Amino acid sequence: MNWNFIIFSLVKIAIAIGVVQGIVMYSVLAERKISAWIQDRVGPNRTAPPFVKFIPVLGPFLTRLGFFQPLADGLKFLVKEDFTPAGVKQIYFWLAPAVTVIPAMLTIAVIPFGSQMGAQKMVIADLNVGILYTFGIVSMGVYGIVLAGYAANSKYPFFGGIRSSAQMISYEISMGMSVIPVLLIVGNLNLSQIINWQSGHGWLFLYAPLSFIIFMVASFAETNRTPFDLPEAETELVGGYHTEYSSMKFALFFLAEYSNMVSSSAMMVTLFFGGWTLPFWGLDQPAHSLAMGIAQIFVFLAKMLFFMVVFIWVRWMFPRFRYDQLMDLGWRRFLPLALVNILITAVWLWLRS
Amino acid sequence: MAVVVNRKALTFWEKLYLPAIIGGLKVTLKHAYNTLILRKVVTMEYPEQKWTLPTGYRGAPYLVKDQDGDTKCVSCQLCEFVCPPKAIRITPPGDTGLKADRTNAEKMPAEFEINMLRCIFCGFCQEVCPEEAIFLQQDYSLTALSRGEMIYNKEKLLSLGGVSPGIQKWKHKLEEAQAQENFPVKL
Repeated sequence: MNWNFIIFSLVKIAIAIGVVQGIVMYSVLAERKISAWIQDRVGPNRTAPPFVKFIPVLGPFLTRLGFFQPLADGLKFLVKEDFTPAGVKQIYFWLAPAVTVIPAMLTIAVIPFGSQMGAQKMVIADLNVGILYTFGIVSMGVYGIVLAGYAANSKYPFFGGIRSSAQMISYEISMGMSVIPVLLIVGNLNLSQIINWQSGHGWLFLYAPLSFIIFMVASFAETNRTPFDLPEAETELVGGYHTEYSSMKFALFFLAEYSNMVSSSAMMVTLFFGGWTLPFWGLDQPAHSLAMGIAQIFVFLAKMLFFMVVFIWVRWMFPRFRYDQLMDLGWRRFLPLALVNILITAVWLWLRS
Repeated sequence: MAVVVNRKALTFWEKLYLPAIIGGLKVTLKHAYNTLILRKVVTMEYPEQKWTLPTGYRGAPYLVKDQDGDTKCVSCQLCEFVCPPKAIRITPPGDTGLKADRTNAEKMPAEFEINMLRCIFCGFCQEVCPEEAIFLQQDYSLTALSRGEMIYNKEKLLSLGGVSPGIQKWKHKLEEAQAQENFPVKL
């Protein structure tokens, strides 16, 4: 047993989960702020702990920005009454939030968020089947939602659960198909190797733009974001699968949704936008110094946050798809498109070899 | 009768959703630019910014004083009787009670209470008052930490009400009556 490995892995897990939680907290704030800006509003700008007003310029600025809002939101979720409605299926009702959150957290395990610092690779688990692992874990997320819909023993959550299972399974297929060209080009399933290939040949977005578009749309559907938020659909389903949940259990669903967004963004960055690399300033090679290692982590985070903003932005841009349109788009547009994409890529690679 | 609406089929370009996506991007970016850069925000940040109230706004009813700073109310209790939600309670001075502040009045109320939680700001008290002693003023945000604090007593009502705008009541009544006579009625 290699103690070094265990200790460093634990540290990396702790930091990665902490950072993801932080990003989740502040992406909720970003969601509210960006929605406000798009809708000509101001957004949260009042919440602040009492000592902040004594900080001269920074304090009011951060308060205006809503910087302390996530703390208040978190506190609210913690201290609210955890209400269990009569007639729910108790065990599943308690299980469902956990089943939703855990896969959302697990996905980040294989994502390389930096090259290396010292001798440590900046990835929790450098799996050779990284992408397969991700797809396996992501598709587990649907169980939590279906379970929540079933456990609530009420009509709206049930509809939400059913919709979500159908939607996620449909889009899982096009998502998986869309990544195959990438794997064909690179010839490797290891995410670190995919990034290495991209630092040598240029970002995969240029080689497989269609794959990227399908992957992005499918990941919108996978994370239940608008325009594919049918499982939640506030206007028709009163919140869908988490209608009956309150307090921390509801917060866990929230957490899972945003963690899924984080991991989807991270996957998009890793697969199509060169992960932690930038084609200049020597950032495309594995780091030799500590500063470079940290710089690459920030490059990765910056790219990821860009996609998070796109996720949020799109939510306030498009209306929700109708259910039949959703299925039509998934099965009759994206699936054939992804198949043709595989074929074209394969033929192109065959002709070139 | 069924009406058949012929829907125009989408063109190939439209079926790609691209025009809609580009349109959406343009609209949201424009709005974000307006709020972030040009600061055109529709939100009114309430406690700091407030409405300019129109004249004749019916806020909370307060008692007013006359030009000498004396109580105008003569404790006739008309407002108490007309008040639809029974928010007003007047305690008359009784035989041995206080004399009125001002010279040409017989009495003034020993206590005058308005329960602001019951008040519906209808303005009947102002309308019925023969002495023009109570007016609906511009206050709309009344807060307190308990129900008891929301019952305003005479002292508080007088201090909030200030000095009356109109002090010649019979002249006013005449003008009002004439205005009603001359009001152009559309048939």
